[in-house]
Amino acid sequence: MFIRRTLPILIAFCIGFAMLIQYFIPHPYSERFYDIVVQQWFITIYAFMFIFAYRSFFSHHIRKVKRRKTGYIFSIIAIASALLMAVGGFATRRGDFFDSLYNYLYAPLQATMFSLLAFFIASAAFRAFRARNVQATLLLVTAVIVMIGRVPLGDYLWRGMPDLIEWIMTVPSMAAMRGIRIGVGLGAVATAMKIILGVERTYMGGT
Amino acid sequence: MKFWQRFLNLDRKWIFLGIGLVVIIPLLFPLRLPVKPSKPVIDLFNRIDTLGVDNGVVWVVTDFDPGTMPELMPMTMSVLRHCLTKGTPVVLHGGLWPAYIGMAKMAMDNIAVEFPDKKIGEDYVFLGYIPGVTAVILAIGIDIETTFGTDYYGVPYDSLPMMEGVKNYEDISIIVDISGTRSPEYWLMYGQQRYGVDVGIGCTAVSAPSYYTFLQSGQFVGMMGGLKGAAEYEELMERYGYPTGRRPATVGMDAQSFGHLLIVVLVILGNIGYFIVRRGERKVGIERRKE
Amino acid sequence: MSISTSIWVWIAALLTLMIYSFLYKENPFYRLAEHIFMGLSIGYSVVILWYNYILPRIYEPLFFPPHQWSLIFPILIGMMTFGIFSEKYNWLIKYPLAVYVAGYAGVQIPLQLQTMILRQAEASFLTPDKFTSLFSSFNALLIFAGLVTTLIYFYFSAKREHGLGGASQVGIIFIMIAFGAAFGYTVMARISLLIGRMQFLLQDWLGIM
Repeated sequence: MFIRRTLPILIAFCIGFAMLIQYFIPHPYSERFYDIVVQQWFITIYAFMFIFAYRSFFSHHIRKVKRRKTGYIFSIIAIASALLMAVGGFATRRGDFFDSLYNYLYAPLQATMFSLLAFFIASAAFRAFRARNVQATLLLVTAVIVMIGRVPLGDYLWRGMPDLIEWIMTVPSMAAMRGIRIGVGLGAVATAMKIILGVERTYMGGT
Repeated sequence: MKFWQRFLNLDRKWIFLGIGLVVIIPLLFPLRLPVKPSKPVIDLFNRIDTLGVDNGVVWVVTDFDPGTMPELMPMTMSVLRHCLTKGTPVVLHGGLWPAYIGMAKMAMDNIAVEFPDKKIGEDYVFLGYIPGVTAVILAIGIDIETTFGTDYYGVPYDSLPMMEGVKNYEDISIIVDISGTRSPEYWLMYGQQRYGVDVGIGCTAVSAPSYYTFLQSGQFVGMMGGLKGAAEYEELMERYGYPTGRRPATVGMDAQSFGHLLIVVLVILGNIGYFIVRRGERKVGIERRKE
Repeated sequence: MSISTSIWVWIAALLTLMIYSFLYKENPFYRLAEHIFMGLSIGYSVVILWYNYILPRIYEPLFFPPHQWSLIFPILIGMMTFGIFSEKYNWLIKYPLAVYVAGYAGVQIPLQLQTMILRQAEASFLTPDKFTSLFSSFNALLIFAGLVTTLIYFYFSAKREHGLGGASQVGIIFIMIAFGAAFGYTVMARISLLIGRMQFLLQDWLGIM
């Protein structure tokens, strides 16, 4: 049990605490330790984390194919696409074919998927964006002003529009965003402390 | 009231069609509405414009994937064109996640065509992907050569003439993070706060509002926000006589304007319909209760 | 310009239209395109990792002089990640996670405090240099009030009394303005992405732009 549960938590405490206090100790030994941990440990260990993604992808699709689940043909296509990209990359040593797969298959697919959101946001705005109360009206009015003012059309309609938008963004909107940002920052510090002290362990699988 | 009820239940495919048309038509028949640069973009432009050859390298990072390419690729190209035309040494770093390097490669291939007299390794350098995200930002502050080892093409770091004497952030004049993720915050925390390097950013319009707080505090040198930000940078490039390519961001501004206009009109009509229908329903309810 | 004769551009255009077919309804063409994308992204990262990282940073330093033997230790910790393939040795993955996540947490704390909290608070202080004109004074006071009331709004641990309720009501005004602006910017981003794809179809593929 010690090696399975307690030791990882102890290691987490030691490395976390060491990296924290290192910041306040500008001694050559402390800096050498920091250099090794950052340049070698962090980067090398992070590289191995890709195994999680690969395992999840292949096990999901291979399981679907094996069990002949509905739509398993798409899983075959997904695996074949992964192999095509990998073989294309290794066989040409990242040559033109590999670049073309990225530029003319991968890039348009992802870019188009994201561009679908333009249609859905328009439809959602039409259906759900209602001035039901004062707060919602405030949100709606600001959104409309920003939508018109942040494009050249706004400047064309009224010369002062760009300055008004800049003021909204740098004064009232920024003040609230800063409040949220400080809250998020405090939350991140608290979570980091919990990780170092072993209170937060979900990242290790919850034990 | 019936009209408005039917209008509120409009099949969303008509809205899709409307959005498609208001984007396509201005692209085919542009009005060329003028673009007025905003302060965050002017600040970033001026900062890069005033850099000399001896101020250190400009470190441009492509922290975006094809999902945000239409907004961010024009920014990347503009900053690279700006630096290369001025003769400022520029490093293109292929981002903090693996899929992003394809974007940097795309930019590099375009640069090779646009600037045939500029030599890779001497006038500009292309560094590849290294895993670790924030660890990479910290590692650049320790030693760039040990962090990357080679450039994207596998040329050893010590064989890149431009990188001679470039060891860490002290030799970098500014980081320009072109990002579709939270990476500007990482460069700020781990690059700017820890090592004191200046950071300027290009980001998607989605992220821009939350970054104004870092502009006001002086933590970011400047910012290009969304396609409009990219168009503003292109406008400044044009004004100061720099090459601008096909100006994809500026070309898209008319479509952007009319896309927004349609959504605003839909929101306003949707609200008018909502209030008319609600008032009608209340009236019907009162009459029924009376009966 | 005229219609493209490149087979690659035609493939890209076809895939673009396959994705857009989703606007009509969910269909096999969309799913096909979606799965091609998933597969390509995995294959791409394998190749990039190999050429950008494993070859120059692991293989060469280990097998060619001057050998960097110090890499062996993090590699061994990293290899514990393979524990996920075994139910019996699943617990091994806790070690690389402990080193990376906790180490990163340690590095993060002082930087997060300085960047996201102290410097943000400092920028909001009402210092004399912010009162150079009537407009700048007004802005400085508004930023200060907006920040304080937003923080009060999110302070859920205290009852909304003794002025806290009123302050949080003011806070929500600032928050709504910020969310409205954020929505406007989000619309902008989404339309921009559509413009990008349309530019590709009209310019690179059909050549009519």
